[in-house]
Amino acid sequence: MEDSLQITVNGQLKHVTDVPVHTNLLDWLRGIGLTGAKEGCAEGECGACAVLVARPDGASASRWTSVNACLPPAAAFDGHELVTSEGLGAAGDACSQEQLHPVQREMVERAGSQCGYCTPGFICSMAAEFYRPERAAAAENDESQDSGADHECGPNGFDLHALSGNLCRCTGYRPIKDAAYALGAPAAEDPLAQRLARAAPAVPATVSRHESSEFRRPGSLEELLSIYADHPDAVIMAGATDLGVESNIRHTRPRLVLAMDHLSALRGLERTDQHLEIGAALPLTDLERALDGSVPLLAELLPQFASRLIRNSATLGGNLGTGSPIGDAAPVLLALEATLVLTSTQGDRTVPLSEYFTGYRQTVRTEGEIIRAVRIPLPLAPVTGFQKIAKRRFDDISSVAIGIAMDIREDEVHAARIGLGGVAATPLRAHRVEEFLRSQPWNEQNVRAAAELMAEEGTPMDDHRASARYRTAMLRQSFMRFFERTRHQSEIQATHSSGGTR
Amino acid sequence: MSTGQTSSTGVGTDTAHESAVQHVTGTALYTDDLPFRNAAPLHAWPVQAPHAHARVLSMDTDAALQVAGVERVLTSADIPGVNDAGVKHDEPLIPTEVMYYGHAVCWVLGDTLEAARLGAEAVQVSYEPLDSLVTLQEAIDAESFQGRQPTLSRGEAATALDQAEHRFSGSFEFGGQEHFYLETHASLAHTDESGQIFVQCSTQHPTETQEIVAHVLGLPSHAVTVQCLRMGGGFGGKEMQPHGLAAIASLGAVLTGRPVRLRLTRTQDITMTGKRHPFHASWEVGFDADGRLLALDATITSDGGWSLDLSEPVLSRALCHVDNAYHIPHVEVLGRIAKTNKTSQTAFRGFGGPQGMLIIEDILGRCAPLLGVEADELRRRNLYRPGQLTPYGQEVRHAERLEAIWEKLGASTELTRRREDVEQFNAAHQHLKRGLAMTPVKFGISFNFTAFNQAGALVHVYKDGSILINHGGTEMGQGLHTKMRQVAATTLGVPLAQVRLAPTRTDKVPNTSATAASSGADLNGGAVKDACEQIISRLAEVASRKLGVHSDDVRFADGVVHGLGVETDLTFSEVVRDAYFQRVQLFAAGYYRTPGLHWDANRMQGEPFKYFAYGASVSEVEVDGFTGAYRFLRTDILHDVGDSLSPQIDIGQIEGGFVQGAGWLTLEELRWDVSDRESRGRVATQAASTYKLPSFSEMPEELNVTLFERATESGVVYGSKAVGEPPLMHGFSIREALRRAAGAFGPQGHSVDLASPATPEAVFWAVEEARGEPAGDGVPGSAEVPATAALDGASAEQPAQAVSH
Repeated sequence: MEDSLQITVNGQLKHVTDVPVHTNLLDWLRGIGLTGAKEGCAEGECGACAVLVARPDGASASRWTSVNACLPPAAAFDGHELVTSEGLGAAGDACSQEQLHPVQREMVERAGSQCGYCTPGFICSMAAEFYRPERAAAAENDESQDSGADHECGPNGFDLHALSGNLCRCTGYRPIKDAAYALGAPAAEDPLAQRLARAAPAVPATVSRHESSEFRRPGSLEELLSIYADHPDAVIMAGATDLGVESNIRHTRPRLVLAMDHLSALRGLERTDQHLEIGAALPLTDLERALDGSVPLLAELLPQFASRLIRNSATLGGNLGTGSPIGDAAPVLLALEATLVLTSTQGDRTVPLSEYFTGYRQTVRTEGEIIRAVRIPLPLAPVTGFQKIAKRRFDDISSVAIGIAMDIREDEVHAARIGLGGVAATPLRAHRVEEFLRSQPWNEQNVRAAAELMAEEGTPMDDHRASARYRTAMLRQSFMRFFERTRHQSEIQATHSSGGTR
Repeated sequence: MSTGQTSSTGVGTDTAHESAVQHVTGTALYTDDLPFRNAAPLHAWPVQAPHAHARVLSMDTDAALQVAGVERVLTSADIPGVNDAGVKHDEPLIPTEVMYYGHAVCWVLGDTLEAARLGAEAVQVSYEPLDSLVTLQEAIDAESFQGRQPTLSRGEAATALDQAEHRFSGSFEFGGQEHFYLETHASLAHTDESGQIFVQCSTQHPTETQEIVAHVLGLPSHAVTVQCLRMGGGFGGKEMQPHGLAAIASLGAVLTGRPVRLRLTRTQDITMTGKRHPFHASWEVGFDADGRLLALDATITSDGGWSLDLSEPVLSRALCHVDNAYHIPHVEVLGRIAKTNKTSQTAFRGFGGPQGMLIIEDILGRCAPLLGVEADELRRRNLYRPGQLTPYGQEVRHAERLEAIWEKLGASTELTRRREDVEQFNAAHQHLKRGLAMTPVKFGISFNFTAFNQAGALVHVYKDGSILINHGGTEMGQGLHTKMRQVAATTLGVPLAQVRLAPTRTDKVPNTSATAASSGADLNGGAVKDACEQIISRLAEVASRKLGVHSDDVRFADGVVHGLGVETDLTFSEVVRDAYFQRVQLFAAGYYRTPGLHWDANRMQGEPFKYFAYGASVSEVEVDGFTGAYRFLRTDILHDVGDSLSPQIDIGQIEGGFVQGAGWLTLEELRWDVSDRESRGRVATQAASTYKLPSFSEMPEELNVTLFERATESGVVYGSKAVGEPPLMHGFSIREALRRAAGAFGPQGHSVDLASPATPEAVFWAVEEARGEPAGDGVPGSAEVPATAALDGASAEQPAQAVSH
């Protein structure tokens, strides 16, 4: 039905009327007077716009999930339940701190805000982590310093990466970290904690038209493919983290946005003897949780992939669908020899990822075709490494990204698969290096020679992220560093016969 | 403004009613007129020129006006007053000559932001591109300078250099910094009663915003009121830059009769507004046999961008801080401001001080290995001693605090032991090296321009005993309003909850100075305290009569009024009520001027500062030799804030300043397109995705901040010291630790040149150079060619890095 979208915000049902497709959730919220969330960058980098959305946790429970409100269209939240900083705790009059949410209270008491502009976003990101069941359990058990707490994880189980997508220009972060690490478990009577025990709202099919533009969330994959076949100029929305940037920064105004983010057929994770199949619309946070470290190369990649706020929405389908040469997923998936399952009204076909990219932001996808799933062949290569070269450790775009997966037996290379990003118009495989190493001893001499070959891969450019010279050097260095690490790992394995890294 | 009055002055003459003209024209406003006038605002969007330098030949706005929802296009022809957004008369508000890539040549107003944006796309402008100067080096080569070229001079630098035991020369070009306040520039203007303009603006300097809106509109200042609720960060970026934007919004409001909202997107903000000045320095320095500084001879050139803005005072402060905490007997430093086709560089926390100090810290960091003196020791040896004077002739009062802070911090951080630990770690690790460094800060407090060192406040006590304060300062996160509440509550002897701060408005306190130069609490605190003391002395009289004691024997504390020797107390509210009925004035205007300042800007001599803030920091970092990536392991800061007005706030300022300074020196890299392509002059890093601020991952894994104790500063409000800017320079210890770590990849005694910002890439090249790897084939366009300073004293000005910063 048209123009009768409904969004529940802070417990109140709001009707969404007369909203253009390009109106993002943030602008819509601010337009109805909920001005707590702010626009700091409009590209999902600063997190000042973060809000909470109830997302499914299995069939019968929910998770409060933080998302950047500046990126997705407001229409994409039809039928959803949201909470903003205003809804977490009643501000009441100026100083009635009793009504504050525990997250807000800690931030007030520890001077976690200075100018305050980023604060509502921090509050929402922090609240999402406050309610994360695994963290809440850790806080409940009062696990002390030795429970894996380090400088990125608090004694209360608070994962600092939960705040990796929030920027503060005033405080230098220390008081915010202190506030985060001081949080206890949610109280039993906390209504938002209680809400987790019930299913997230079912996402309805949505049609929203405004003037000449349209947002549609079809009820099934078949319907989506059929509409896409009829409207091949439609823009497919998976996590909207790229769509939002296109809309906000480059002001693209697609006539039709087709959402596939909710389709359960695209959100699965299945393991067979031959492969692992990851649904194209499975958010990366869900993927990370479901894999639980079972694919070490992905376990290394995912915490470095953008920020928690982005990973809560972003998907592999979206990351590969844009065909960007600098997406961090492609190098890793190339090293894992992934194939893509593409689908359209004509049915499925599979394409090796190494043959998927054809040019700058160009792929073999034909009209009306979407990525349905990513398949990773099993068994996995035993020795892997991912290296991301960027200015900032949290939430940055890589200047060079390298995924390496090798089968090394008794110091001889049986197979090597190397994926590269950021050094050419498309992500690519370092075939020459792979060939060179095959059946060669895994020793320093060969690694040095391979590193020199690595340095000849691609056609790196100068840009604002890095010089071509540095990119080339990093290709070389990454291989030396990988070798160093494998050597270190084998030493550890030799002495402790246990397989942990670092 | 009302024109109904006769020009005759005063009483006894027939005068038309104050609002007669409004009455007869239907423009006098009544309460129920307001809802219909202040409906949905118009939104403003700029047309930004795609040239670094060009002449506007023609502009056709017809197509824009055809776009649905477009209300009006603002062009220079619409300006009733002066087409100027600055105070130097070199900043046309709407230019006919494009001076930088992204310069706004007109503004479109629309019912929605989308309509305004589409309207802006439809405006047809034809340009004649002109030659442009984009890099600092291009401007220096072309001798394109603006403003004064002062020289800071003491002694005989040339002679002293000739006689010095050690003499080195070099050059250093380093980058600026984007403010990246989370809240971009924003103004909302509407026409108020009788043609007054009311502008709500995110501004650090409401008075100057008011003055510029007034002169653009051709109105006297009393016709313009500027209010600043609070800012989502300022950092100096809203000292000068908001004025023109507020003027555009005001112009639109006057011309359309509707409120106009002007809020820059992040990319507009980065591409249109000024930043921290990049600098170039070429220098010669002399040391004696013990490594004591003898002489510094330097030319420092800031990149001022297209207009003067605040570049002159920024340069003055850079010159006045080129000594940082070190005594340099002979000094000859020439300062120049380059004029380039870039945004107009402006105030940024530290205001040139950080740049001046970075130059001397870089010199010491580079020279220490060549002198064979450990860098921390070299710094300690050169610290100011009591009785010594700065090169501009001001005594370094409390200089002993530098040594005390140095010793105390060294002991508390176990510097000696940790140096050994670092050496052991480095010996044991081929691919990871750690660096440990300690740097001092001395920072002069007061505006160099003496007249700015005054402030006003207005304190109202209502009949119920509640208190409302207005003062001239603005709140941008630094906690000024909190401190002012504390000052008022303490002075009036009432609980904090009884005192409320009203937003800063030019119709409450006039002729204010910018909230800048770290001076907000000193100046406004003095004014608030003065106002409160006037009220207290009146209330003491009232209370003394009731209590039967002398007014000198009345005490105000925690809302209780006590007479010495009297058993029964009064409440503050009771005394206030009595005062009202006795017709005693319950409000007061406070005023403060900083005593004892004088400054001769021509000779660069005088006592420009009320006092100095001191501090030191120790940082330990770890560098990955494969990539140049680094981690900040630990930072300890000991800092002098006098007697802190509000310790939690002061620690917050110190930590935040430090991280911002470390960001400037490491991650934050502004890049302009310096090619000859059409996009020449375009800011390449114009979004959060390309201009990287420190995030959680850049916070030191351990950060300890301590306030220097027993530090009362006499003559400042409650013995406190300013805190906003000085801690930014604690970021130097991060940079110097990175230099040490990079150097540890090579042999000892090697001078390490490190680009600024020291991005992982820059650190990698420093590591490569230390390892003796060839610096590469000098690929054109590569920005991070390591500095090749001529440290033999013989020759050669070589650019410390290529030009694209």
